[in-house]
Amino acid sequence: MLSAIQPTTSWYLILAAVLFGIGAFGVMVRRNPLVMFMCIELMLNAVNLTFVSLATGLTDINGQVVVFFVMVVAAAEVVVGLGIIVAIMRRRNGVTADDLTALKG
Amino acid sequence: MFLAATMTTPDIPWSNLLPLLILLGGACALLMLGSLVPNWPRVATPIVTISTAVAAGIASCVQWNDLYYRKGFTIISDSVSVDRFAIAATIIITVAVALGALLAAAHNDAANGDPLERYALLLTSAIGAVVMASANDLIVLFLGLEVLSLSLYLMAASDRRRVESQEAGLKYFILGGFASAFLLYGIALVYGSTATTNISGIAQSLADRVEVGGSDAMLLVGIGLMLVGLGFKVSAAPFQMWTPDVYEGAPTSVTSYMASAGKVAAFAAILRVFIVGLDSRVDDWRPVIWVLAILSIFVGSTMAVVQTNVKRMLAYSSISHAGFILVGVEAAAHAKSNGLSASMAYLSIYTMLVLGSFAILIAVAGNGDSATSLDSFKGLAKRRPALALAFSTLLFAQAGVPFTSGFVAKFGVIKAAVEAHSYGIGIAAMVGAVIGAFLYLRIVVSMWMEEPTTDEAIVIPVPVTVVIAISVAFALVIGFFPSLLLNAIDLVRFAPR
Repeated sequence: MLSAIQPTTSWYLILAAVLFGIGAFGVMVRRNPLVMFMCIELMLNAVNLTFVSLATGLTDINGQVVVFFVMVVAAAEVVVGLGIIVAIMRRRNGVTADDLTALKG
Repeated sequence: MFLAATMTTPDIPWSNLLPLLILLGGACALLMLGSLVPNWPRVATPIVTISTAVAAGIASCVQWNDLYYRKGFTIISDSVSVDRFAIAATIIITVAVALGALLAAAHNDAANGDPLERYALLLTSAIGAVVMASANDLIVLFLGLEVLSLSLYLMAASDRRRVESQEAGLKYFILGGFASAFLLYGIALVYGSTATTNISGIAQSLADRVEVGGSDAMLLVGIGLMLVGLGFKVSAAPFQMWTPDVYEGAPTSVTSYMASAGKVAAFAAILRVFIVGLDSRVDDWRPVIWVLAILSIFVGSTMAVVQTNVKRMLAYSSISHAGFILVGVEAAAHAKSNGLSASMAYLSIYTMLVLGSFAILIAVAGNGDSATSLDSFKGLAKRRPALALAFSTLLFAQAGVPFTSGFVAKFGVIKAAVEAHSYGIGIAAMVGAVIGAFLYLRIVVSMWMEEPTTDEAIVIPVPVTVVIAISVAFALVIGFFPSLLLNAIDLVRFAPR
């Protein structure tokens, strides 16, 4: 019976790893800073999922508390990141990483 | 009442957190006074910043003395450690803040910017750096790292007139966030393997582990991801791509601070996490550090040679310095080595050198950061001989010429590596130092032996002169009397587990 299959901790860990991979891949291939930024958020949330599922597996509350800290950090990153992106947007129309060529690398 | 009876909150010994509280108070005071007091005098901002940093530095020196016969201890339910290592890092960071504020004062004065927030960010980033250096819990470490990095992103992007500055800010932000996510994922997997995020707790859990179970793979992946994340932050090759661009684009006063305090905090974190927490898995991570160290030294010193911009050259040279510090970390991984104090000595000497070098860059480039190409240094000896002499001294010190502080630093880490029987990395470091010397000599040659391309007068603001003088004096005094620094740094120890 299908309903007998219970998801275990490792299912969630694998899902989190896949999400993290998608995020990391996105940062590397996408050229729009906003999308790159969203991919970083995806990576952070994949880590959150990892923390929660590991904490459930270990029956340890600390891992779940960590998630709140990470969420606060992610929120602070949004503020700073959007601030920088808006500052660039105001100087020129539209932002893609390929337009940012004043520096060599 | 019931809640208070059932919840046990950790004791917070405020006196041990004094440097942090002073920095926080300074940052808050600056923001409040700056916005509430009408006609807040511009000159008062750097004065408040510098006195805050000096006060925090003095508080740390007092703590250092109080520890006289003890190795150290941990506070707030084991999450923050008070030991000589953390205190030494705090002192270096506060010095970097004070000198960085002096440079920012000169820089902003010339550029006519709106400086107040930059100084507040300088202080908040210092809070992050201090937390990172004294964290005894991976989550506290991560929070410190983020406070430091978020302030640095904004500082890098803070010059609104130069498009390069904002571009540097965005690049630093994207790559820094990317690296933080890797670090955090590493922390999560290590937590999954050891069931704790406390660094001493991890050490305990790993030492107690008898059989190698299936969860060891998770631990190893976690260690690897943490190395990637922290490697980004110290700009070790192959994670160094962001460094030249960000260092070039950011305002020079910010670059000097980023290169000094940021690196000290990240290396302090690496040393504590790996030497204390993952001590029993040393055979797994030491080879990786070995590779990172050699790669950084060679990538840094060879790529620097082909640059035409002095700011980029100094950025690459900071990558090779990171490699040398990693040599010290590798040595510290061996039992009974003094790699720990050698790395710390290198960090303190490097901080002073890099602040002085970027101060000279500010003096030469003058208004607006743009004239940093090698051409503007041509014939500097004919335009400002004293400035050229000071820069030559600092460059020779960075190259590791005897009787300068740089020699003491490089000698220290290589000696530690050789004493720990890591001959390979010691030899590689020496070869790398020779290649690196070529870069510094190239700048010196163009200063002394070429004709100036312009005879525009160089006006050096007073604060910049002060920073250059302190830095050159430090380089020479420590070069001639290394024991002044080394005797103190030798006391650097981690808190007992």
